[in-house]
Amino acid sequence: MKDSHYDVVIIGAGMSGLAAGIRLAHFGKKVCILERHNAPGGLNSFYSFAGRKYDVGLHAMTNYVPPGVKGTPLGKLLRQLRIERDEFALCPQKQSRIAFRDCGLKFTNDFAVLDAEVAAKFPPQAAGWRQLVETVRTYDDVSLDAKPLSAREVVGRHITDPLLADMIFCPVMYYGSAQERDMEFGQFVIMFKALFLEGFARPLDGVRVILRVLLEKFRAAGGERRMQCGVARIIEEQGRAARVVLDDGTELTASHVISSIGFAETLKLCEPPHAAEAEANTGALSFIETISVFRRQPADWGWGDDTIIFFNDSDRFDYSRAKEQADIRSGVICLPNNFAYGQGQLPEGIFRVTCLANYDLWAHLPEEQYQADKKHWFDAAVRSARRFLPPVDDAVLAQAQLATDMFTPRTIKKFTGHFNGAIYGAPRKIRNGRTHLPNLYLCGTDQGFLGIVGAMLSGISMANYHVLQGSARS
Amino acid sequence: MTKDDCKKLVIDIISDIAPDEDLTAIKPEIKLRDQLQLDSMDFLDIVMELRKRHGIEVPETDYGQLASLESCAEYLTPKFAQKS
Repeated sequence: MKDSHYDVVIIGAGMSGLAAGIRLAHFGKKVCILERHNAPGGLNSFYSFAGRKYDVGLHAMTNYVPPGVKGTPLGKLLRQLRIERDEFALCPQKQSRIAFRDCGLKFTNDFAVLDAEVAAKFPPQAAGWRQLVETVRTYDDVSLDAKPLSAREVVGRHITDPLLADMIFCPVMYYGSAQERDMEFGQFVIMFKALFLEGFARPLDGVRVILRVLLEKFRAAGGERRMQCGVARIIEEQGRAARVVLDDGTELTASHVISSIGFAETLKLCEPPHAAEAEANTGALSFIETISVFRRQPADWGWGDDTIIFFNDSDRFDYSRAKEQADIRSGVICLPNNFAYGQGQLPEGIFRVTCLANYDLWAHLPEEQYQADKKHWFDAAVRSARRFLPPVDDAVLAQAQLATDMFTPRTIKKFTGHFNGAIYGAPRKIRNGRTHLPNLYLCGTDQGFLGIVGAMLSGISMANYHVLQGSARS
Repeated sequence: MTKDDCKKLVIDIISDIAPDEDLTAIKPEIKLRDQLQLDSMDFLDIVMELRKRHGIEVPETDYGQLASLESCAEYLTPKFAQKS
């Protein structure tokens, strides 16, 4: 039975799905976003627990440029979604660091700072570094059909000191690589620009500010959104995605289906199935993240300067699936208090640590063991990260601690649906968004524009390319 | 509709698409791209907004006609006239 027909059905109310929805609804398409959970945001969401608000996903919004800088992803996305810059209320970072055992590089939203750090600490690499930066600046990273290149190989042509190469790769990989040890050069360029040539910012109230803006735009444009409404199957008839069957058995039909839930995850919904293709491009990289809430500001302990710290203490930076439940040799520290909020400040101190993890070793634990292991790795990750911050007595921290929380690969799987809790999805991205069915497209993580600005641009690009441009031509 | 009315409608559209651009001193004969930072996504939006707001269709082969404000007016004014 057909309950309803839409021009476009979008699966997933994350950043990319919402952005695609806004574009389509604005131009008069009858569009419905289907979201399995009761909260929007997908990978970048928020929750309340014991009276406190937490963000998941977002450490910092990358791609930040100050007002007046044009032609960058942030500006494009604001224009395409008809969002006023002030609506996102972005506050820039203070500074961030790449902290390796014997070497540190500071960077800010002013690229000259990192440029000078590299020249001062790696004098023989300075010329190669400039060439690399030039290559990145001139590379067409939004091409939808570029030939894949190894980023390790391209970077290696310019940077011959493995320590410097690893230090550059560490933030770039942690903030978006779905591939182990290497990444596609186009992906590298997107992240290098997003982190180093552009920069970090955050609204004082976190990711919910951005989501609220998107939800309101979508609603005002006439879009429909169904929450707690998962898609169980996409049924192929006569070579097209003909029907979408919801978890409760309801059927929808649509001229176009845009899925933001991932490549393998989407193929797995298709009937007839495409299991082998899905299997061959499933991500393996997952994370744990600890969150500690303190009654004091991080600045009280001399932790007030750094917004994000990317740390590593192994000889070579090893970005791969953890061999144990978590790999605490490297990771990312986020101190959300340390953005330039002007008059405002978060009421409590927040300290987050993210490390690589192994989904399989978390997935099937009995509850009691799971809780015990979470506690073990919480302490281990925090201890490892604190080595890269000014020392503070354990007792002082413990006394100031108000609450903790933690996510594991299991949490990621539960809330994003990504196989293996693979936060950045499939290792091979599908840049043109095409699938085996001509009216079923991908957007979001597995289309491959990274970061939350990238995710929104992905939704925009796929809506434009597959639906709006086509109808503008007809 | 006069050509000046038509130019005004196009400027209204651009000001919504690119509110961060200064549109007060646009020279009608000079290409929009050379005076404003507009990319292909923005030009697609001009086409889409013309259709949404005014029911005017611009086929892809004619996108070049929208290069400057003057050429927009030249190309679009007869289309508005046909419609009314």
